[in-house]
Amino acid sequence: MAETQTAPEVMTTADGIPLKVSLRRALRRQRILSFLLVAPLLLFIVASFIIPIFEMTMRGVENPQVVNIMPRTVEALQSWDGKDIPDEPVFAALVADLQAGRKSKQIGKVATRLNYEQRGMRSVIMGSARSASRLKEGPYKAAMIKIKKEWGQTRTWALIKRESAPYTLSYLLAAVDAGYDENGDIARVDEKQQIYVPLFERTIWMSITITAICVFLGYPVAYLLANLPLRTSNLLMILVLLPFWTSLLVRTTTWIALLQTQGVLNDLLVWLHIIDNEGRLQMIFNKTGTIVAMTHILLPFMILPLYSVMKTVPPSYMRAARSLGANPLVAFWRVYVPQTVTGIGAGSILVFILSIGYFITPALVGGQSGQLISNLIAYHMQKSLNWGLAGALGFLLLVLVLVLYAIYNRLIGVDKMKMG
Amino acid sequence: MASIPPYAGTLERAWYYGYRLICALIFLFLIGPILVIIPLSFNAEPYFTFTSEMLSFDPAGYSLRWYEDFFTSESWMSSIKNSFLIGIASTLLATVLGTLAALGLSRPQMPFRALIMSILISPMIVPLIISAAGMFFFYSKVNLAQTYLGVILAHTALGIPFVVITVTATLSGFDHSLTRAAASLGAPPSYVFFKVVLPLVTPGVVSGALFAFITSFDEVVVVIFLSGVEQRTIPLQMWAGIREQISPTILAVATLLVAISIVLLTVLELLRRRGARLRGITETV
Repeated sequence: MAETQTAPEVMTTADGIPLKVSLRRALRRQRILSFLLVAPLLLFIVASFIIPIFEMTMRGVENPQVVNIMPRTVEALQSWDGKDIPDEPVFAALVADLQAGRKSKQIGKVATRLNYEQRGMRSVIMGSARSASRLKEGPYKAAMIKIKKEWGQTRTWALIKRESAPYTLSYLLAAVDAGYDENGDIARVDEKQQIYVPLFERTIWMSITITAICVFLGYPVAYLLANLPLRTSNLLMILVLLPFWTSLLVRTTTWIALLQTQGVLNDLLVWLHIIDNEGRLQMIFNKTGTIVAMTHILLPFMILPLYSVMKTVPPSYMRAARSLGANPLVAFWRVYVPQTVTGIGAGSILVFILSIGYFITPALVGGQSGQLISNLIAYHMQKSLNWGLAGALGFLLLVLVLVLYAIYNRLIGVDKMKMG
Repeated sequence: MASIPPYAGTLERAWYYGYRLICALIFLFLIGPILVIIPLSFNAEPYFTFTSEMLSFDPAGYSLRWYEDFFTSESWMSSIKNSFLIGIASTLLATVLGTLAALGLSRPQMPFRALIMSILISPMIVPLIISAAGMFFFYSKVNLAQTYLGVILAHTALGIPFVVITVTATLSGFDHSLTRAAASLGAPPSYVFFKVVLPLVTPGVVSGALFAFITSFDEVVVVIFLSGVEQRTIPLQMWAGIREQISPTILAVATLLVAISIVLLTVLELLRRRGARLRGITETV
C-alpha cells in the first residue's frame, strides 16, 4: 500500500487499492462465480455417471474373489515354487478356507470365478467344500486329493496362484479371444471358438456399411435441401426431422411390420408377381434387417450436418468453375465436394459412433447374424452374469468410441454440434 | 438448381428429373415407413399387413380395436403415467442444472472450459449399454435401483448434454453488453438475470428441455436395467411387446407416439422462428 502512495503513476480505485489488484480480485470473483454455476451439475455428472462408468470398466480387471475368500491359501501359496504338489500346510489352509467359505456362503463366487478360467473348476471347488466341511483333523493332503483328484495336479494350484492377484488380465484377454494355456502363457483361442474378435469385426464392418449407405443417401438429399429456395426446403426438411423426432422403438417396429415374411413389402412383391408366395424373402431378423433399420434411424444424423455445411458453400464457385470450362461432373467433384468434406466427416463420425454402440435395434430385428457387440455386453450383464467380461468388453468399446469422439472433436468441436 | 434453364440439353433434362426422382425415393425411404403404420394401426385383423378389405377401403376392414385395447389396458395406462412422470421430472432437473451450467460455461472467465464441457457431454457419447451397465451397478449400490428416483436421476444425466449444448449455443450469440448496460443502469444481478438474460435464452432453454424430454421419453436401455415392475415406461412396454408377442396394439401406440413427435417438432420450429426473430434475423423467403 505504501508503495502506491509514493508512486502516483499507479492508478488506484477510490479506496486506494491499485487498479491491477482490484481487477484481479474482480476477475477471481467472476471465475469463482462461473465455477459455482457449473459445480452442481459437474458434481452430479461425475458422481452419477463418470465414476459408475469407471467402476464398471474396472470390473474388467478386478479380481477380488480368490484373494478375499481364500486368504489363507493365498498366503500359504506364496512360497510355493510351482513345480511339485504343495505340502501339507497349504492343504490345511485350503481346508480352512473352504470350511469358512462354505459357512459364509461365499465359496460359490470362487467356484464361478475359477470356472471361467478352467471348465470343471466349479464342481471341484463346490464338491471339495462340501466334503472338506466333514474333515475334522489332518493330514489333509491325502484326504483332499482323494476327494478331488484335481488337487493332485500342479495346474490347479498354478491357476489358484495366478488368480490370487487382486487384478487380472484374464477378462480383457477373454474379450479379445485369448487366454492362458496350460503352462500359464498367453495364447489365442482356437480359430473356430473365437467369439469376440469376429463380433468386434462384424460390428465395425456393419457400422462402416451403415455409414457408407448414409453418405450415399444423405448427400443428394442434403444437396437438394441446401440449394432449393428456403420455403420449399423448409417443407422438405420436415421429412427429415419427423423421423429424427420419432421414437426409436416406433421406427424399429415399422421395419418389422414392413419387412417380415408376412409383412407389407413381401405382400407387395407377391402381388406384383415378382416373387411367388412360397419364395417370400427373409429380410428381417438377420444382418439385412439390422442394416436397413439402422440406416433409416441414423440417416438424419448424416443429413443435418451435411446440410449445415452445404449451406455455407457459395454457389458462385460452381458457376465460376462452369464458366471456366469445367463440365458439370468435374465442377461438382473438384470444386463442390472438397468444400463439403468437413460435413461428410462430421456426419460419418457421428453415424459411426452411434451405430457402433447400438443395442435396441439389433436386439429386435437382428436375429442371430445381426447382433452387435452391445448385445453381447447386455447378455453378459443380464444372462450369464459374467460382469467382469462385460466390463472388459465395455472397456474396449468405450476406448473405440472415445478415440472416434476425440477425432470428431478435433475436426468439428462439440460446441458446434447442431441439433434440430 | 431451382428450375431448369430453357437452353438445357436432353442429358441435362434427364439428369434434372433423374436426380429429383432419386431424392424423392430417399425421402420416401425416410418417411414412408412411419406413414405406413398409421393405417395399419386401424386394422381389424391381428395382422401386420394390409388385408384385402383394407385395400378395397371396406369399412369392415378398419377398426379401433387396437386403440381400445391400448386405452383399456392397465399396464399400458400405468406405463403412460410412468413415462410422463419420469420424463417431466428428469427434464425439470436437467433443464435447471444444465441451464445454470451453460450460463457458467459461457462466461469468458470460466476455468477449464474444454475439459468440463467434455465431461458434461459424455453421457451423449458413451454407448448407452455401457452407461446403463455402469448406472445399474451404481444405483444398486446406493439402493436406488428399481425406484422412481433412480430412473429419474439416470435420465437426468442422459438429458443434460442436450440442454447444455442448446443453451450454450444460444448464449454464444448473446450480447454481453446488454447485461453490462442493465447493471450500469442500477439493476441488481438477480434482476438482470430474470429481466434481461432469461427472456433472451428462453428459446434455447425450451428446445434443450424438449430434447431432454424426448431423450427420457424414448429411452429404453437404461430403463431395462434400472426399472422394476412399477417403473415400466412406454418404450419398455413396447420393447417387451415386440420381443414377447407382437400385437397390433404396438402399432396403435406407435401412431400415437408419431402424433406426439409431430407436436414436438411443431413447437421446436415455432421456437426456432421466435429465436431467429429475437436475434433480428429475418428469414429470406
